[in-house]
Amino acid sequence: MEHRFYREAFEQVRQWLLAQIDEGEHFSIAFDAEHSHFIRFNHGRVRQASQVQQINLTLRLIQGDRHASQTLSLTGYPSHDVAQVGAALQQLRSLLAVLPADPYLLLDLTAFTDERTGEGYLPDADALIEQLVTLSDGLDMVGLYAGGPIYRGFASSWGSHGWHVSVSASLDFSLYHANGEAVKITYSTSEWDAEVLAEHFARGRAQLLHLGKPRKTLVPGQYRVYLAPAAAGSLIGMLRGGFSARALATRRSALQALHLGSTELSPLFTLSERASTGLEPSFNGDGGLRHDVTLIDRGRLAGQLVSARSAREYGNEANGVDGSELPSSLVIEPGELATAEVLQALGTGLYISNLWYLNYSDVGTARVTGMTRFASFWVENGEIVAPIDTLRFDDSLYSILGPSLLALTRERSLRISTRTYQRRDAETVLLPGLLLDHLTFTL
Amino acid sequence: MLDALPSVSTLLARFVQRHAGAGRLHSLRYVQQDTMGLSVSRNIIDPPRLQHNAGVMLCVRINGNEAFAATSDLTERGLTQAFEQAQSLATAMGAHALLKLPSVQGEAMLARYASPGADLPLPDASVWLDILRVESARVPAHQQLVNWSAGLRVTDRHQLYLDSVGSEIHTHQRVFHPRLEVTAFDGRHSQRRSWSFSRQGGPELVRQSGFIGHIEQVADQALQLLAAPNTPSGERDVLLMPDQMILQIHESIGHPLEMDRILGDERNFAGTSFVTPDMFGSYQYGSPLLNVSFDPDITDEAASYGHDDEGSPAHKHLLIEGGVLKRPLGGALSQSRSGLPGVANSRACDWNRPPIDRMANLNLEPGDQDLAQMIGNIEHGILMATNRSWSIDQARNKFQFGCEWGQLIENGQLTKVVRNPNYRGISAQFWRKLSAVGDTSTFEVLGTPNCGKGEPNQSITVGHATPACVFQQIDVFGGQA
Repeated sequence: MEHRFYREAFEQVRQWLLAQIDEGEHFSIAFDAEHSHFIRFNHGRVRQASQVQQINLTLRLIQGDRHASQTLSLTGYPSHDVAQVGAALQQLRSLLAVLPADPYLLLDLTAFTDERTGEGYLPDADALIEQLVTLSDGLDMVGLYAGGPIYRGFASSWGSHGWHVSVSASLDFSLYHANGEAVKITYSTSEWDAEVLAEHFARGRAQLLHLGKPRKTLVPGQYRVYLAPAAAGSLIGMLRGGFSARALATRRSALQALHLGSTELSPLFTLSERASTGLEPSFNGDGGLRHDVTLIDRGRLAGQLVSARSAREYGNEANGVDGSELPSSLVIEPGELATAEVLQALGTGLYISNLWYLNYSDVGTARVTGMTRFASFWVENGEIVAPIDTLRFDDSLYSILGPSLLALTRERSLRISTRTYQRRDAETVLLPGLLLDHLTFTL
Repeated sequence: MLDALPSVSTLLARFVQRHAGAGRLHSLRYVQQDTMGLSVSRNIIDPPRLQHNAGVMLCVRINGNEAFAATSDLTERGLTQAFEQAQSLATAMGAHALLKLPSVQGEAMLARYASPGADLPLPDASVWLDILRVESARVPAHQQLVNWSAGLRVTDRHQLYLDSVGSEIHTHQRVFHPRLEVTAFDGRHSQRRSWSFSRQGGPELVRQSGFIGHIEQVADQALQLLAAPNTPSGERDVLLMPDQMILQIHESIGHPLEMDRILGDERNFAGTSFVTPDMFGSYQYGSPLLNVSFDPDITDEAASYGHDDEGSPAHKHLLIEGGVLKRPLGGALSQSRSGLPGVANSRACDWNRPPIDRMANLNLEPGDQDLAQMIGNIEHGILMATNRSWSIDQARNKFQFGCEWGQLIENGQLTKVVRNPNYRGISAQFWRKLSAVGDTSTFEVLGTPNCGKGEPNQSITVGHATPACVFQQIDVFGGQA
């Protein structure tokens, strides 16, 4: 029922626009909607609960080589929305009248049709709250449940049509020990399973036992390190903007040295954008069909993310990313290290579950700084000894993913984004854990 | 875009009147944001982007349980549906709510706030594009200048807050965000230099701010940085200019003083704080030169307003006075939870997120030294300007920040330019090293549009006004050679 409402809202605006455009005009629309529950917990109880129903439409108007876009919110009812869309259309026509031709406009008028409707099962709010409060009994739980259907659509005057529905939820939460240490857990799914959730809580309870040990304070220096997938995901996240064809061409990419061929990463490291996997639609908001692209092949830069605009400007071939030129379905090839043998392989060093607040301290050398966070431990001779005081690292990705990279785990973890700025995100990264010879800690 | 505000206001007022008596509807907040984003990159106009975003957030309280429902369906049907959803959610919380909250009490507030010049019509996009094209064209032809852009974003934000006792608060903020950016590249390394701010006001702000013609200096400094040596490592006195001070204040005073962090709400995402409730009133946060205010009254600062998003009237308060911690950044709810005084800082980024404790205008009060005096008193130091890198631990204590521009200071004189200037420290110690505070001649009203926090996530505009400041014996370092 709800799926049909959003589909009709999209289709009726599309139909209405087809009748409105003048000769010599083209349009495209990107539709973005969700109906979400956000239930926030603190101390194992509900701190803040909200429900959000929102529809946004980005209308792009093209007249010859001139183009501009407007994003507007809709009600979902054509009787109300067409007036808003009509006003946006007029505003864009006025704007185009004062714009010069855009020399970098590359309009691919090849029409596509793509449709994917994923179903799922999510609990009602009262059942969910009851489950979580029960599982949190005796625990200091804090976090957020975010769930519900997400809708994305694309249509154009030249006949492209994409429709994508996913139903999913994530519970991103932490369990706190009385001493301030915590373990962080994310449960993301389309089929909510109370038993699986209970297993996550049970594992969290077990990890809390380790966190009760006295903290070990380490002095700054270099330590052998294992980065669990969540921590490795934060680090890999720093690479995301580096593959942009525009960032590389304008010398703002952190992967500039890789691009210039003056350095390489480890031959163990291969990274791809796999549009054919993940949870995002196969099409992007600019109307391109996303491609699979190998970005780093055994340590060497093998590809870039090229939008249509960059393709025209820099002479590359577009590969289906939108103007942001960011990946959304990254996959890292696994290694040979069994996850069960990680502590043995680490020997003596740091087991880091999560990293936090990463930023480039020197973009030109891909030097990144950030903090350890949540369950991170000092390990001696393959045994967890104690949680550590938070440490700041500052090291180059060319070192971390280069000579320092000793092994990747055989098993990989699918990390689904829990970002909810303005809308729920569906970006994914499939990745292993990383064993490093050393990481440099500074504070 | 259709001017929907008057008809929506009438619809919302009627809706609140109809449901106010039943004791369930607590408040309603309508937000409409219109944004124009224009930029010119290497003398070519980037595709313009316009935005019109509108929706409403309803808040209900049932048996002490508070719940919210937001919708972009601005029809009677949409409001009714959201009201039902919020009630259903409040009921679903049963006996499991962390807080039991009372119904609205007190008298109705009727108020209006508007940015200076906000009611004047904006010039057409073509006027702005001409300005941006002229700025872009000022960048000299130089083979090492490989990228540059001039941009402007203007946001008109209308908010209408209504509650069940009859309050009606209109807020109209118009925020300008001009920016300039130049990248220089020598075949191996690149350096980026930029300039930007966020402030409320009218179109004259763009000219008054020094935007016109400034890109030539930005380009020149990018080239200087490219040719400069790396910043040397070691302890030095650091002179932070206002466009770096705002980051320092934001990360290591603003966030740690947010009461919802101190109460643990943010432990899963944004983090906690090294500040604990018992510190207020006695903790020596910084040197006696440190005076920090929550000040919603500076008319052109980015987050000035009359009332926050829960309807609390906003007034100036000192949070840190003479270096001593006085009060947190906590709105009405946090004040009742903690028993501490606070400020009117319950804010939501948009109609689709509920309010939480946020920074608004968080300022460092001016001192008594001009720039020449501050430089003259430094024997071995460095001037740093314009933030480019920031990272701080989840308790807001161990930080590492980097700037675009560095210039060494030796024996009271500014000397050579250095690139990649970074410094690190610990908040609890850093502010005690504050040794000089610039006077009003060094004071700048700035701000940022991107402060992230909250679950679900919210990115909000905050204002920071500050003079330049000197900190003694700070751990400074550069990039890799």
